[in-house]
Amino acid sequence: MVKKVRQHISQNEDLIFERSSPGKIGYQLPALDVPAIDPSEALGAANVRNEIEGFPEVSEVEVIRHFTRLSTWNFAIDLGMYPLGSCTMKYNPRINEAVARLEGLAWSHPYQPESLSQGAMEVVAKLEDALCEITGLDAITLQPAAGAHGELTGILLVRALLESQGNPRKRILVPDSAHGTNPATAGIAGYAVQNVRSNDQGMIDLEQLAKLVDEDVAALMVTNPNTLGVFEENIMRAAEIIHSKGAMVYMDGANLNALVGVARPGDFGIDVMHINLHKTFSTPHGGGGPGGGPVAVKSHLAPFLPVPRLKRLKDALAWDYDAPQSIGKVRAFYGNFGVLVRALAYILAHGGPGLRNATVDAVLNANYIRHKLAPYFDLPYNRPNMHEVVFSDDRQSAKGVRTGDMAKRLIDYGFHPYTVSFPLIVHGALMIEPTETESKQELDLFIDAMIAIAKEIDEEPAKVTSAPHSTRTTKVDEVTAARKPIVRWKP
Amino acid sequence: MNYPESYRYTKEHEWVSLAGDTATIGITFHAQEELGDIVYVDLPKPGAALQTGKSFGSVESVKAVSDIYAPVSGEVLEANDMLASAPEKLNEDPHGAAWLIRVRVANPAEINNLLSSADYQKYVGAES
Amino acid sequence: MRYLPKSDSERQEMLAACGLTTADQLFGQIPAEARLNSPLNLAPGISEYEIVDYFKSLSDRTSNGYASFLGAGVYNHYRPIVVDTVVSRGEFLTSYTPYQSEISQGTLVTIFEFQTMVCQLTGMDVANASMYDASTAVPEAAMMSVRITGRNKILVAKSVHPEYREVQRTYARNQGLPIEEVGYNPESGQLDLRDLEAKLDKQTACLIIQSPNFFGIIEELRKVADLVHARGALLVFTFSEAASLGILEPPRDADIVAGELQSFAISPSYGGPFAGIIASKEKFIRQLPGRLVGQTTDSRGNRAFCLTLATREQHIRREKATSNICTNQALIALMATVFMELYGKNGLRELATQNLAKAHYLGSKIKPHFTGPYFNEFVANPAARSIENVNEALLKKKIIGGLALKKFYPELGQAALLCATEMTKRADMDTLAEVFHG
Repeated sequence: MVKKVRQHISQNEDLIFERSSPGKIGYQLPALDVPAIDPSEALGAANVRNEIEGFPEVSEVEVIRHFTRLSTWNFAIDLGMYPLGSCTMKYNPRINEAVARLEGLAWSHPYQPESLSQGAMEVVAKLEDALCEITGLDAITLQPAAGAHGELTGILLVRALLESQGNPRKRILVPDSAHGTNPATAGIAGYAVQNVRSNDQGMIDLEQLAKLVDEDVAALMVTNPNTLGVFEENIMRAAEIIHSKGAMVYMDGANLNALVGVARPGDFGIDVMHINLHKTFSTPHGGGGPGGGPVAVKSHLAPFLPVPRLKRLKDALAWDYDAPQSIGKVRAFYGNFGVLVRALAYILAHGGPGLRNATVDAVLNANYIRHKLAPYFDLPYNRPNMHEVVFSDDRQSAKGVRTGDMAKRLIDYGFHPYTVSFPLIVHGALMIEPTETESKQELDLFIDAMIAIAKEIDEEPAKVTSAPHSTRTTKVDEVTAARKPIVRWKP
Repeated sequence: MNYPESYRYTKEHEWVSLAGDTATIGITFHAQEELGDIVYVDLPKPGAALQTGKSFGSVESVKAVSDIYAPVSGEVLEANDMLASAPEKLNEDPHGAAWLIRVRVANPAEINNLLSSADYQKYVGAES
Repeated sequence: MRYLPKSDSERQEMLAACGLTTADQLFGQIPAEARLNSPLNLAPGISEYEIVDYFKSLSDRTSNGYASFLGAGVYNHYRPIVVDTVVSRGEFLTSYTPYQSEISQGTLVTIFEFQTMVCQLTGMDVANASMYDASTAVPEAAMMSVRITGRNKILVAKSVHPEYREVQRTYARNQGLPIEEVGYNPESGQLDLRDLEAKLDKQTACLIIQSPNFFGIIEELRKVADLVHARGALLVFTFSEAASLGILEPPRDADIVAGELQSFAISPSYGGPFAGIIASKEKFIRQLPGRLVGQTTDSRGNRAFCLTLATREQHIRREKATSNICTNQALIALMATVFMELYGKNGLRELATQNLAKAHYLGSKIKPHFTGPYFNEFVANPAARSIENVNEALLKKKIIGGLALKKFYPELGQAALLCATEMTKRADMDTLAEVFHG
């Protein structure tokens, strides 16, 4: 029985272009306090466009109605739990939004004098310090715009260090359980990717690793805890093997939410890692971004960090462009500053002890789900998990129902689906990460929903395989969308 | 499903039909079934070189991409244009109208290294 | 802690359900030598009021209250209140990437509208759901050109934003792609066509050109396009001042457009987050990086939207992906989308003409250094003093002067880049002119 949701009417809404009518306006600019100018004269007639064909003309009222109605068609953290594995969909504190909009911070121009930027630069300094403390690493750049961007930066740092030693090397080892950005990144950084198979516990196989590592290997990319939510118990041994051949260990920080205050990557052998501010540090996903992908490093990689680096002088902060070994810039200016403000606010709100408590609750929530669902869903690996748990759909697929079907049925129960079919090393994976900001009530509703779905498979499997039933949009035709892509409106 | 006896097959699920030194190459029924609804086919241009065992293109479904591997070496004579506008034909008639490329083979005898219809059917029977 | 919705008794209940008695037991799986045994060296958590006070004190130590003539890739434009109203809705702010179409139609529709308006603005056929910013979109466009043409040399105009060029260098170095810069005409400030002709060859994958360029000058795109295309290379067009497209003829001759929408209700925010765009001719759609939203139908035949052509992306192609991009800038792109819909066809034109009027008023008081046509920025030389002197004097009047260009273009000596937008006040322009003329 579905307890969490009940159907309700939702407004329809056209595309804005379909609401457009010539002459409607949604804006007003102040009158000019300087003489008006003829564009053709100033620019040359050939440079002046006619009109922006097809661009909408609507009033402010219609804009508000348009977006408000559209918003009601979305699921969001503010409505309920996202059990998405490795996404860390935690509560986005509203104070983060307020402080990011403070005028001085929101309107600071990256090229304004440093004497007028000290407040903004202090945000950068404080966040750098906090993230180094949390990760146990020595230096950091806040420039990368998101996780994948941070990954690329991290691998470029590895490459730069190896090049400075005379040989960038050729291969990067990537576990078969890794997130797709890992091999994509390695490829873009100019390395060949070699897959490392997980052992029968779903973890790094040390014997295989030792065989694969040679002087052509630049780095091993790991996620820890791995994408099964399991702490790599051999991580320090693996790091030793890698280091013994002069290679480095890169850690994908997607699962950092399991470690904050409990273990530090710098302490267990990591040379370089990226951090996802939009995961661990609560900055909002906003429907797909922006993110923040700081990269923290051990001191041997610090000389290669992107410029500029923040210098702490006696009475001031300054941007230092003098870094001859730097890999250069990975993006303009200093990074997603607005995101950095939000992450810092989050850290200040929790504080040291608070961050650790959040980790405890995150791991507790995931383990609670594991224990309650283990009687109903297959656990492919019997290891203790941390902040996320991965089941397989073996039991259910034997009855003709797969993980993707159950995920869709979960929508009818008022939740967003969990992560489907990832990691690839688990057949028919269900990857669940609740995060610490879920209450016991929400978790119990989720557990009840999953159990109900498991039972439905025996009684009325069609309800599951043809789900969802209660959404205003039913299953969309992705095949036609890919065969005949229509990616813009046309009149 | 009819796997023509005159064709030869690979473990990567391609089929080859040889006439003199011209080979027609496609993917098998089993392959298109595994892929699901095909949305796009990426094929080489005439004149491109094919090397046995190397990828010469790819087939895409909504959620997956599969490389297609050359069963023989040679030079591409023609790619099946129909698939550019109607990739779904690959699901409908993978052994016939939805062939992928025609190739002038370097060494026709290579075909003897491939599986017979019976062996291929045994192979996919074993896989599934 | 106010974000942790569990009571201690609930925690105990849950531990018991896991067969545990203490929270520490949850971490037994971490080997002892990897565990952190001391508390983090971070101060305890503080209240909301203290957090606000702290950030206010930081905000006070910035350019708050100063007028500014800085442009150079980041522009001051009015932000309609409605923009924040919309993006602050929890259903937009706290929603995830729209992989699950049935419960993400809100986000998907806004992205589809965004993609459409980017095409309408730039004259391209297809556009993606946004990039991090222009500085990273430009290298992606260059890589697209390399993939499409099979060639490997990249030409980039020296008058493209220096930081875009720097980021391009970082990316290209690791892909083994040679880059060559094409100079500018010292009089007009536009691309030196002869230098371009000399450097174009059969290995050239693309020319990257910006208009208005970093100097604020509008380029002669038709002539450039003809030269580039005649050599079988692609034209990659970039822009940093989106407001210019309200009046300027869009780059219809470009093959790929990689630009910046920060001008559209995106706060300068000390350099980010912004919203880049990448758009192209129809035939290159499968080479576009990042996310794409497509129109389709649901099982009842209703119009619906979904992410499409996902096979280009990292989570499927893995090492063969067109790019490693995962996140886009959805929320920031949404700000630009709301802005574009509020201002609309006429608003963008009026915004652009106001910018034109303001900058040309300033240009009537301070002579532009270059002769080429300009939009809302131009280069100028202070008459009698050093640019540092000028800017210092201006600061005393609570005005931030133009960007001193010598760090990027030492050949331009004391010149500064001055920008005036619809927000710039006449009185401040008069003051600036006074100080400039010494």
